[in-house]
Amino acid sequence: MNSLKVFVVLLCLLVFAPLVLAKEAVHMVEDPEMEKTVNAISDELRCLVCQNQTIADSSAPLAVDLKNQVRKMVETGQSQDDIIDYMVQRYGDFVRYRPPMKASTLLLWIGPFLLLLIGIAVLVINLRKRTAMKSDENLSVEEHERLQGLLAAESSRQGATRSNSLQQKVGEEKS
Amino acid sequence: MLRYIVPLLVFLGVSAFLLKGLELNPHEVPSPFIDKPAPVFSLQKLHAPDTSFSTKEMLGEVWLLNVWASWCVACRAEHPLLVQLSRANIVPIYGLNYKDEPDDARNWLRQLGDAYVSSLIDYEGKVGIDFGVYGVPETFVIDKQGIIRHKVIGPVTPAALDDCVLPLVRKLQQASAQMVVKRTEVEGCA
Amino acid sequence: MIPEIGQFALILALCVAVVQGVVSIAGAQLGIRSWMSMARPAAQVHFILVAISFVCLLYAFVYNDFSVKYVASVSNSLLPIQYRIAAIWGGHEGSLLLWALLLAAWTIAVARYSRNLPLDMVSRVIGVMGLISVGFLMFMLFTSNPFDRLLPAALDGRDLNPLLQDPGLIFHPPLLYIGYVGFSVAFAFAIAALLGGRLDATWARWSRPWTTIAWSFLTAGIALGSWWAYYELGWGGWWFWDPVENASFLPWLVGTALVHSLAVTEKRGSFKNWTILLAIFTFSLSLLGTFLVRSGVLTSVHAFATDPERGVFILGFLVVTIGSSLALFAWRAPKVGVGGRFSLVSRETFLLMNNVMLVVAAGAVLLGTLYPLLLDSLDMGKISVGPPYFDTVFLPLMVPMIFLMGLGPIARWKKADLPDMASRMKWAAAVSLVMALILPFVMGEWFALTSLGFALAFWVFSSIVVSMSERLRKTAGSGSGKSLFARIIALPNAYLGMNIAHVGIAVFIMGVTMVNTYEVEKDMRMEVGDTVTMSGYTFRFDGVTEIEGPNYKASRGQVLVTVDGKTTTVLFPEKRVYFVQTMPMTEAAIDSGLFRDLYVSLGEPVGGGAWSVRVYYKPFVGWIWGGTFLMSIGGIFAISDRRYRLASRKRKAQTRTQETAAGQTATAQTAPVQSTERE
Repeated sequence: MNSLKVFVVLLCLLVFAPLVLAKEAVHMVEDPEMEKTVNAISDELRCLVCQNQTIADSSAPLAVDLKNQVRKMVETGQSQDDIIDYMVQRYGDFVRYRPPMKASTLLLWIGPFLLLLIGIAVLVINLRKRTAMKSDENLSVEEHERLQGLLAAESSRQGATRSNSLQQKVGEEKS
Repeated sequence: MLRYIVPLLVFLGVSAFLLKGLELNPHEVPSPFIDKPAPVFSLQKLHAPDTSFSTKEMLGEVWLLNVWASWCVACRAEHPLLVQLSRANIVPIYGLNYKDEPDDARNWLRQLGDAYVSSLIDYEGKVGIDFGVYGVPETFVIDKQGIIRHKVIGPVTPAALDDCVLPLVRKLQQASAQMVVKRTEVEGCA
Repeated sequence: MIPEIGQFALILALCVAVVQGVVSIAGAQLGIRSWMSMARPAAQVHFILVAISFVCLLYAFVYNDFSVKYVASVSNSLLPIQYRIAAIWGGHEGSLLLWALLLAAWTIAVARYSRNLPLDMVSRVIGVMGLISVGFLMFMLFTSNPFDRLLPAALDGRDLNPLLQDPGLIFHPPLLYIGYVGFSVAFAFAIAALLGGRLDATWARWSRPWTTIAWSFLTAGIALGSWWAYYELGWGGWWFWDPVENASFLPWLVGTALVHSLAVTEKRGSFKNWTILLAIFTFSLSLLGTFLVRSGVLTSVHAFATDPERGVFILGFLVVTIGSSLALFAWRAPKVGVGGRFSLVSRETFLLMNNVMLVVAAGAVLLGTLYPLLLDSLDMGKISVGPPYFDTVFLPLMVPMIFLMGLGPIARWKKADLPDMASRMKWAAAVSLVMALILPFVMGEWFALTSLGFALAFWVFSSIVVSMSERLRKTAGSGSGKSLFARIIALPNAYLGMNIAHVGIAVFIMGVTMVNTYEVEKDMRMEVGDTVTMSGYTFRFDGVTEIEGPNYKASRGQVLVTVDGKTTTVLFPEKRVYFVQTMPMTEAAIDSGLFRDLYVSLGEPVGGGAWSVRVYYKPFVGWIWGGTFLMSIGGIFAISDRRYRLASRKRKAQTRTQETAAGQTATAQTAPVQSTERE
């Protein structure tokens, strides 16, 4: 009887051990908070092997090496600018996903803003031109009679609401 | 009136760039080290790991640094050409054994021949990163002052040697200490 | 034999397309009726031939004919049947055939649903589409033939890239292409208008439904691509500003501007030149996208196997097509009138501002995408332009636009009253401000950008509520006892469609704001039985088993998800290695909900039976695609409006006589509406 009890107890331990021993998982890295900084900086850098990914996402060996280098530099307290400069020194501007601000990239950074200004300017000029146009109300006598004739034909057939659009159309023909 | 032609002109302009773009290779990363000092390093020698080699030893000489590894297929294709070059005794070739197991590396050289005056162990790849290595093989042409004058990305081909590397090496060797020779002076170095 | 039939069909299709293009347009220009009448039959024969060709390629894929080079390059005998079929457009040559098929299909759709259009316009439209087909067919036959033989035949194919072996491949490219190709209809209408000199509001009316359908499909196609990337690539991103993604986004942006501009041209006869130019630009951007993906000028994960020779051909095609259409524009546009006048503050102005912002946004994206190429070609070094640039530049452009989106629909045509609008919108503004300030706290933390996102989303929501309630008050039936729902349904489809699409944008903004701000990610080392908890969910790792699929083997993890001990779901993330292309692939496991996604991705084994596992909690991420789905539906609703239904014979007769009258045609056919503020 005793050995059976022992056996049952051991069996229970075996079955329930995983649940008892189960624990909160640990992070893959030692310092998850710092890792956020490492990832943020790595997201700014382009993988040179898998050139469509950041070194944060790429699993290429070089990307892993570079990410480790970033981590080392973050650990020693270097700033984001320092780290990115380090990479640019070795790989050129190609490695930055955020283009630098230089003479050659001035057009790139200012371009959208310039385009917006041009767009708004063209818009304003165009709107001013329209406001200066002749108004539709100025029809000649002949045109006025023609309008009346058409209105009469229209209202007898399809009702008064249509005449508004007709008048508008005739006005458009003028302009 | 004239403004209606603007879209057409802008489009033709963009097309001109697109046409030029067809000749370019968007994947290739040019080295920022051209005409800049090569990073100084000191590494263990592959064949004599208890001794080391420092780039300072090469000052006053023109030399080639070839980045290679035993796991690299293209290096295998390139190596016979380097062996041939080394036998011609034109310029010393040093190897940077990049992220490799030294035993595998030594075996590889035994199989294919050793083109290098010496190969240096860059086990972690740190020196590689310092040189901006992003693929294997790559080859650097370094002048007497320790300035990098050219980088061959990918395997060295006979054309690359004949059109660019060898003429450049010769010019660099003939240059005195004060002269600055850039690769732009050699036509074959695009 | 079958592949040869396919190739021959393409050659015949090319001949027919030449006739379709040249004879139809010449007929229209010269006024020769018999030539113009060839357009529709030619389009029909053209479609049948391209369809035959497509079926031949389909046959080769289904029956594993590896003597066809293209089949051998993208397929494999172990590939499940649905992917063998989808593989038709998995590579460059086959995707071109899909383009050609869809172009032919759109053409016969135009041929069929254009009975109430004048013959010269129809023949011009079909003719232009025929000429575009000529370009694609020539491209295929001369540089990218899907029917090229491989002799001796391969024993088996190279297999489809594992990343593409997914239902996404079955739907994303076809939907996307239907959109891209659909814009050729708007383009053809624009060219036809320029050629024929007929540029009035009725042209816009004809063009509008075609453009809107194309836009709806493009929206759906892009959204599907984004969703596919999200669940396939393993780290939960959904937009990378990759050059090919941008290539699809550009025609979408300009296409959206076009859809709005057409609205104005149809109703008010204004913006005619601008609308024509937008139609040309939208399709040009579709073609530019084709160039970027296949020529090798840009690095992209989406790019097909690239070949500069093909690039030259497409560029040539681009220059001829776009160059000649812009030249035609430069020549003809000055003769077009300016259109109706409107005051500085009016709905027209709001729509013009919308157009400006969309086109500027497109310009910014285009600039960023092409800039590396620009610098490299000028020998000024190599740079990269990635998400940090686009996010910085794009978002500030969108903010004013979304703000205006709330005001446009409630502004009156021709002359709007700003103070009046302000007073009507005051509670909408209040709601937006309150939600913007409070909601971030409710979600956990307050950030300025997050607050802005909520403000914009609620601004749009509430402006739609304002607009709808004003509209419902005006229409008859407030006292008729009909339910609110019934009265809403009774509103014109075009109006409902617009609101559904705009709601879609607000939903999208909510999704993006929520997920970007409140997403939680944990990268954990998990042994069997380990748990990790986030946002109330507990994830328990229950180990990994090895399984085998039809053409891969995988390590399948099992993760139990519970909330307060109650089981929510069990997730099975996988790490697959396909037999043929032995690259490892992560297959994330996702539990999608209305208000959150739980996303688990298996990493690497890290010794001792433990694995690295990435667990994500993504709030409201489904709203991103829900929003785009609504946008797409909104478009479909809009064109199902009564006034686009096929005209009866009686109305057709009226159309012909009224064409010669003072420009009044289709407006006479709509039902009377009390308010002058339709849409």
